[in-house]
Amino acid sequence: MSVATPTAVTGRRPFGTAGLRGILRSPRMSGSLVAGIAMVALVVMLSLFGPRFVNARLAAVGSVRPSQPPSAQYLLGTDSQGRDMLTIMVLGTPQTLRIGLIAGVVGLAVGLVLGLTSGFFGGAVDAVIRVLADSLLTVPSLAIMVVIAASVGHMTVELMGLTVAALAWMHPTRTIRSQVLSIRERSYVSVARANGESEPGILFREIMPNLVPYIAASFVGAVSGAILAAVGLEAIGLGPNDVHTLGTTIYWAERFSAVLRGQWWWWGPPIVVISFIFVGLFLLSAGLDRIANPKLRQRT
Amino acid sequence: MPIEYVAKRALQLLLIVFVAVTINFLIPRLIPGDPVESALQTKMAMTGNVNVDVQAVAAAYRAKFGLDKPLWLQYVNYWGSLLNRDLGVSLVDFPQPVVEKIQSAVPWTLALLSVSTVISFFLGSILGALIAWPRAPRVLHVLVPPFMLLSSVPFFLLGIVLLFTFSVIVPWFPPGGGFDPVSILRLDVPTVLDLLYHAILPSLALVLGSIGFWGLGMRAMMVSVLGEDHITFAESKGLPPERVFLWYGMRNALLPQVTSLAIALGSILSGAVLVEVIFNYPGLGGILFLAIAGKDYFVIQGIVLMLILALALSLFVVDLIYPLIDPRIRYHP
Repeated sequence: MSVATPTAVTGRRPFGTAGLRGILRSPRMSGSLVAGIAMVALVVMLSLFGPRFVNARLAAVGSVRPSQPPSAQYLLGTDSQGRDMLTIMVLGTPQTLRIGLIAGVVGLAVGLVLGLTSGFFGGAVDAVIRVLADSLLTVPSLAIMVVIAASVGHMTVELMGLTVAALAWMHPTRTIRSQVLSIRERSYVSVARANGESEPGILFREIMPNLVPYIAASFVGAVSGAILAAVGLEAIGLGPNDVHTLGTTIYWAERFSAVLRGQWWWWGPPIVVISFIFVGLFLLSAGLDRIANPKLRQRT
Repeated sequence: MPIEYVAKRALQLLLIVFVAVTINFLIPRLIPGDPVESALQTKMAMTGNVNVDVQAVAAAYRAKFGLDKPLWLQYVNYWGSLLNRDLGVSLVDFPQPVVEKIQSAVPWTLALLSVSTVISFFLGSILGALIAWPRAPRVLHVLVPPFMLLSSVPFFLLGIVLLFTFSVIVPWFPPGGGFDPVSILRLDVPTVLDLLYHAILPSLALVLGSIGFWGLGMRAMMVSVLGEDHITFAESKGLPPERVFLWYGMRNALLPQVTSLAIALGSILSGAVLVEVIFNYPGLGGILFLAIAGKDYFVIQGIVLMLILALALSLFVVDLIYPLIDPRIRYHP
């Protein structure tokens, strides 16, 4: 990245190079996008590097004195089963993110393929995909996931991600399908067709690049929805059996009535981390929305 | 209302019901491992009765419930018992029928969900419309955005914070439950007040968490409606601004919100189930939590089926009402 040049500082940058300040001043960057990226990046960094700095043994039952409020020794206190809360948080956050990422990636990939197929080829395939996506959208996803999760004997993080992904593809499918439908009718696609470009060529060279902002927005939406679903499943006791996640921490706090017993340090940290993740993703998707729909920017 | 439209919607409803029942039937049978056997094993381990032959007991169970028959026959039988309103019996509270359990829980969920959804829908829509309106008081621009951030946080997390704040730190509200456990439920003023008293915190969690969602949708719609010609015309006619706002702006912007309601109902329902768990509310969520903890298989399945059917039915109703309130909608999908 080049050093900020005078043109970049004024915000009117020529084609090509732009300093960090230039990027920040571009009309595409909004406050919410920057704040969202910063918040999500912070959580990702902490989950990538955090686990190296804690002793995983402190997250085992009975490893520390139980039910201690936060102190110099236990920064976030300990739960009723004698586990160090700080350690659980540091180990649990990456697992929750992993479930969200697995479900988000799988859901988006399925949605992308179905949405492109449906929008580009139309006809009977389109009708089947549309009816399927629309009907599944109206089903309370938690209900179906409860059936799956309750039937699985041994739940792992990967299985959890796939369970959530099974119901995470409908929104991306719909968004991408409707965008393909609108882009397909634009004149530059007709020009490409008149030039004799092949159908796959039109799909991948003309349509796909214009979908990128929508794909990014769909991805953020899918990950956020997946984390929401995963945290919900975990909180009712259907989470992975062998690792700590933010939702299972809330489940145990609920099982041991930590709320009524006033052990705020038990359920407080997971709530703060989960809310932080959701607000970050919300701001990020609001910012991406402005890029994907420039009309929103002009109106408000 | 054309008969084809109603028939088409009814067909869609039947399709969802069919898919839901089939999924509910298939998933437990497709996934390896036997939930009945593992449930029995857990129960026996708890009572310390380890020298019983679990396999034999499970086999007896399977024969009794027809689980040793071929899959298609089981499927037919499953439909047969569903039509007879038979969802099996609870394994934990044996031999209470699942239908009975669900019947006692449905009114709680229905009341909590409908009241909070109506409140948040109107409150959120009004707030959202106001911040899109140039004449709205400035205060709103400071008050509303926090709600939008709040809408990204799951309801049940708000529920935990509310429960802790208003029934542990300052004990204004009961620490969960649906009614005073020593009272007898009957239709008189003290009972109704008691029910409302217990419902305030859970519904507050749902309302606070969804106002922002409705507000965001409404603001976007209102911004586009206010840019239309009929608004300019109404203003240039010299109509009072309040009238333009309410009758020319809000009325038109509100209609697409009903569509969002249809789409959002599923996730609101999922959220409400979790809120009930936090508040130990006697609705579907409350018994679902207990059923999962006790591996009460038939109860879990029954509740899931109930949730899907209830939602499909309410969407059907929304679909039928929608063309009546918005004449711009033609009677085709």
